[in-house]
Amino acid sequence: MNASAGRLSLWLLLTPFLLWIVLLVLVPHLQMLRVSFQVRESWDTLAWGLEQYQNFFTESYYWRTFVRTGVMSLFTTFLTLLIAFPIAWYIARLARGRAKGLLFLACLVPFWASELVRTYGWMILLRESGLFSSWLQALGWADGPVEMLYNDVAVIIGLVYNGLLFMVVPLVTTLDGMDENLVEAGYDLGGSHLTVLREVVVPWAMPGIVSGCIVVFMLTLGSYLTPILMGGKDSAWFTGQIFTQFITRFNWEQGAALGVLLLVLSSLIVWLGLKLSGQSLRKVMG
Amino acid sequence: MIRSVPRSRWFDGLYLAYLVAFFVYLALPLTVTAVFAFNDAPFPSLPWKGFTLDWYLADGSGGRTGLFHDDTLLSALWVSTKIAFWVTVVSVTLGCANAVLFERLEFRGKEFLYLLMLLPLVIPGVILGVSILVFYSGMANDASRLWGVELDVFRPGMTLVVMGQVTFIATLATLVIAARLRKFDRQLEEAALNLGATPVVAWFTVTLPWLMPSIFGAAAMAFLMSFENFNTTVMLTGSDTPLTVALFNRLREGSTPVLNAVALLLMVGSALLAVMALGRSRDSA
Repeated sequence: MNASAGRLSLWLLLTPFLLWIVLLVLVPHLQMLRVSFQVRESWDTLAWGLEQYQNFFTESYYWRTFVRTGVMSLFTTFLTLLIAFPIAWYIARLARGRAKGLLFLACLVPFWASELVRTYGWMILLRESGLFSSWLQALGWADGPVEMLYNDVAVIIGLVYNGLLFMVVPLVTTLDGMDENLVEAGYDLGGSHLTVLREVVVPWAMPGIVSGCIVVFMLTLGSYLTPILMGGKDSAWFTGQIFTQFITRFNWEQGAALGVLLLVLSSLIVWLGLKLSGQSLRKVMG
Repeated sequence: MIRSVPRSRWFDGLYLAYLVAFFVYLALPLTVTAVFAFNDAPFPSLPWKGFTLDWYLADGSGGRTGLFHDDTLLSALWVSTKIAFWVTVVSVTLGCANAVLFERLEFRGKEFLYLLMLLPLVIPGVILGVSILVFYSGMANDASRLWGVELDVFRPGMTLVVMGQVTFIATLATLVIAARLRKFDRQLEEAALNLGATPVVAWFTVTLPWLMPSIFGAAAMAFLMSFENFNTTVMLTGSDTPLTVALFNRLREGSTPVLNAVALLLMVGSALLAVMALGRSRDSA
């Protein structure tokens, strides 16, 4: 291929990429940032200002929900990792042949249903007229209907359920490539289960752990259906507030500011996660 | 805790119990949802009143309207299908172009552009929707107010939904296709060129067939992700409501077994699509 043909193909391929990234990602986000600093003075005049951000810090409802959403997302991510690790370990290292493929596939099955369907399933199980309540009564362990929906525990159960796949898959992938001699060597050198886990297995699985945690955290932080449908009156979620500003109040400026704050929080935590674990986005995602 | 390290019987039993509990946890919500699509009662809960197909077939005469006679849900299903079709076409095309761009060409700033390509994965879906709404819908508002020009494509509606979903689905399609292109033996292409094929012919007769399984995989994934998406979609949707949004609105009014019927239909549809994509990639692997 000569140089000019090479240039031509580069530009032919670069153009769609740039159109996509610039028109759908960069420009809209910059505009959202700009709008978040605009204050509406009357129906058609705008001024620059920090009013939306001041609202966030002065109205405790906003920042309390913000902190709550962040903390609960971190907790959910950690819990998902704890639950998924033994499963991934079993699939990657203990199961053989057919069982291995089948178990892996079984982890994927729930994700052929959308988040809405999964949440709906949990609602049927947990609510007052739900299955768990009926079973408890049938067993004689409860006298009347038991409400298990509309609280934080229910929200976490649902969120962990939504995140599991995205934790199990990267963990299985990295654990699959591990050399068992390393683990044996760890035991031969007198390491206990815990020491081997901490000194050999976890460092090896780090790229998988980080990638799983980032995806699960992002999904959890940005989820809407599960916390809104399964949470109670007091369990607000930050995405819910963004929806309210845009859809019910038509206050785009405030909504944009809340959106920017959510984006800053998620980027900050992803960046911290990468820094603390010494990984790069390219290695973890690409 | 590998096969060659001895474990206690007690530990094995506990591990097995944990595995069983985990898969029950995975299967339970979906199983229940599916089963209650056939319960002969107006509310999806126990007790079991017998098997019925009313929630699919009833025509409204007996006070029950099944899914196949529910015009709102059927038209929402059609809207979602149209959206998913366009999202798939655009994302897979972009994915192919991007895969070649990043796997085959060398240019300045490649590393940086690759990071930009990954960016939509670390932005919450809600924000992707919000930013596109603010920019495009805001632009339509300004154009109408300042110059009296109506840019209806940029008002909330199908076009914006497709744009919003393509934003992140194109990244996923790129990753799937690029992963396969990376494993391609370039000597095959060189052989075609040596035998007198032009680069374009070589691409269509050698490289593209090799990529086909990943293209099918990416297409199936794009279609499913588009069909199931809620967070980005809900911000951008107009009067023609897609299925997830219609279901959400229905669910807020209260649950009926018709919702279970839709849910089961979606699960079966996704399962078929996934099996087809898996079968395809296995045939040609």
